Amino acid sequence: MKCLVTGGNVKVLGKAVHSLSRIGDELYLEPLEYGLSLRTVNSSRSAYACFLFAPLFFQQYQAVTPGQDLLRCKILMKSFLSVFRSLAMLEKTVEKCCISLNGKSSRLVVQLHCKYGVRKTHNLSFQDCESLQAVFDPASCPHMLHAPARVLGEAVLPFPPALAEVTLGIGRGRRVILRSYQEEEEDNTVKAMVTEMSIGEEDFQQLQAQEGVAVTFCLKEFRGLLSFAESANLNLSIHFDAPGRPAIFTIKDSLLNGHFVLATLSETDPHSKDLGSSELHQPVPQLQNYSTPHMEDFASDDIESFMIAMETTLGSEGSRVLPSISLSPGPQLPNSPDPQSEEEDEAEPTTVPGTPPPKKFRSLFFGSILAPVHSPQGPSPVLAEDSEGEG
Amino acid sequence: MKFRGKIVDGACLNHFTRVSNMIAKLAKTCTLRISPDKLNFILSDKLTSGGVSMWCELEQENFFSEFQMEGVSAENNEIYVELTSENLSRALKTAQNARALKIKLTNKHFPCLTVSVDLLSVSSSSRIVTHDIPIKVIPRKLWKDLQEPVVPHPDVSIYLPVLKTMKSVVEKMKNISNHLVIEANLNGELNLKIETELVCVTTHFKDLGNPSLASENASQDRNPEQMAEVHLDIKKLLQFLVGQQVNPTKALCNIVRNKMVHFDLLHEDVSLQYFIPALS
Repeated sequence: MKCLVTGGNVKVLGKAVHSLSRIGDELYLEPLEYGLSLRTVNSSRSAYACFLFAPLFFQQYQAVTPGQDLLRCKILMKSFLSVFRSLAMLEKTVEKCCISLNGKSSRLVVQLHCKYGVRKTHNLSFQDCESLQAVFDPASCPHMLHAPARVLGEAVLPFPPALAEVTLGIGRGRRVILRSYQEEEEDNTVKAMVTEMSIGEEDFQQLQAQEGVAVTFCLKEFRGLLSFAESANLNLSIHFDAPGRPAIFTIKDSLLNGHFVLATLSETDPHSKDLGSSELHQPVPQLQNYSTPHMEDFASDDIESFMIAMETTLGSEGSRVLPSISLSPGPQLPNSPDPQSEEEDEAEPTTVPGTPPPKKFRSLFFGSILAPVHSPQGPSPVLAEDSEGEG
Repeated sequence: MKFRGKIVDGACLNHFTRVSNMIAKLAKTCTLRISPDKLNFILSDKLTSGGVSMWCELEQENFFSEFQMEGVSAENNEIYVELTSENLSRALKTAQNARALKIKLTNKHFPCLTVSVDLLSVSSSSRIVTHDIPIKVIPRKLWKDLQEPVVPHPDVSIYLPVLKTMKSVVEKMKNISNHLVIEANLNGELNLKIETELVCVTTHFKDLGNPSLASENASQDRNPEQMAEVHLDIKKLLQFLVGQQVNPTKALCNIVRNKMVHFDLLHEDVSLQYFIPALS
């Protein structure tokens, strides 16, 4: 494989590597006939990302060197990222970048041709690997948002950098709502600030979701994709389904496309106690609850509704409604009693030894098994090899 | 108990954001006192946790275009709530170039100070950010601990040098010692001094000026050359100096010998009083 990237595209490639590096520790590089694909998956397999650069993106693109088999490889994200570490440097000094992979030397060679004839060559060692392929189908997701990345980028700006997850949902008046997700801890006396961003439907080019739907996903990975999409001035589509099913984020352009698949929080939390579960079985009032706050907060000027009784802070713990619960858009998947999915829930912690999932993020790969409709061959299309490389 | 306020003017909003940033630098948690005319940010540390206290006061009229409040009762028309100052400053940070900001008390899932911001966006559509800052409403019986501190009679009262200069001096001294001595006299001289077994460092400031009124009130017979000194925890002094991003219109330092130092600052229409107790 040999390809040559020139001009501003070097920075685009660099940016893509940066956003991939927010997800996984290993980068899967696979030259395909229809483009070069860069993929990664995180260690708990709850996030997967893939960029595909079309042959036109390159000044020269050769997927297969004559006389050689098609190669694909897996390299450490850290080492590949170090080549593209400084984006400012890429922009200012690098004129072209040549990536070549050949089986003989067992090295992935990245050459940066800089100004004044300086040439930097990075020889990266790699491992052979299977093709990494998550099974997902945006078309199967009933809900879809489509907006310039800038709109969503600005929308996540008010959230604190340390925030782990956000909930994305559709509120009253079809406003798109992003809200900081708080883990429910009953003994948690120190509560964190809850931030909510509400954006009018007009800012979206397409909004295909009814009021009341919501999913919760990791913010860090989402920010990674957004920063790429914003720099390339692209539009972003978000496809999502019920809570617990993966959300798919896509960007598309004539020269490249990107897919991020993030697990979403499944709402049936086994830790949720009596208080929580009783709430969960009343989806309808929650939906209303979900979409009301901002309307009251800003539109209404009626001071009477802002009553706050001093005594409530001390006494009425029992009647308090936890914020994250009120956010839940209803009971989990309609098919959740399915014994198979139950079993997988149980099995999940054991598949990732040493990393007990603190939250109920379903692994993407389990998520894909859950829907055999979209993966006709059943469980077998999970082609990714074990992240730890057990061999 | 009710409160809601609205800020529409950009300059007022920026000013309010600056105040909240300053408070966040000075105190991790603070008490917000809401009364019909004024807002106060109050810190009153117990002696065991350092004994620093702060009293920041601003006239609501200078900031809010609408301000409605109803206290606990007619005769106690005030509200005291405790909040994490970082939360308020972060919430206001998102209000840069906002159309309007509303701030009010709510009880959504827990008692909150809700800050909602109507953002300007490129398109005509409205974008609203809401921050629910958890608060603890302070019951009336604890109000007495949160009253405006009485400023004791200072031995020496002196204007402070440029706070940035002072900050950089104290920052360097902190690397050498944990304690610092502030001393000043009625002749416009102020010294910052550290002493260790190995080294003694003193920075002298001259011609700072003493407020006339205070020097009259202070012991008349006091020798103008005589220094009044106070030993401080250098970290506490530095925390105060770091919190001052903008040079105040007026900055006064009152020294009560071996008891405490009192800083009295005025930023346009916001007054800040900060008390650091002396190390015994």
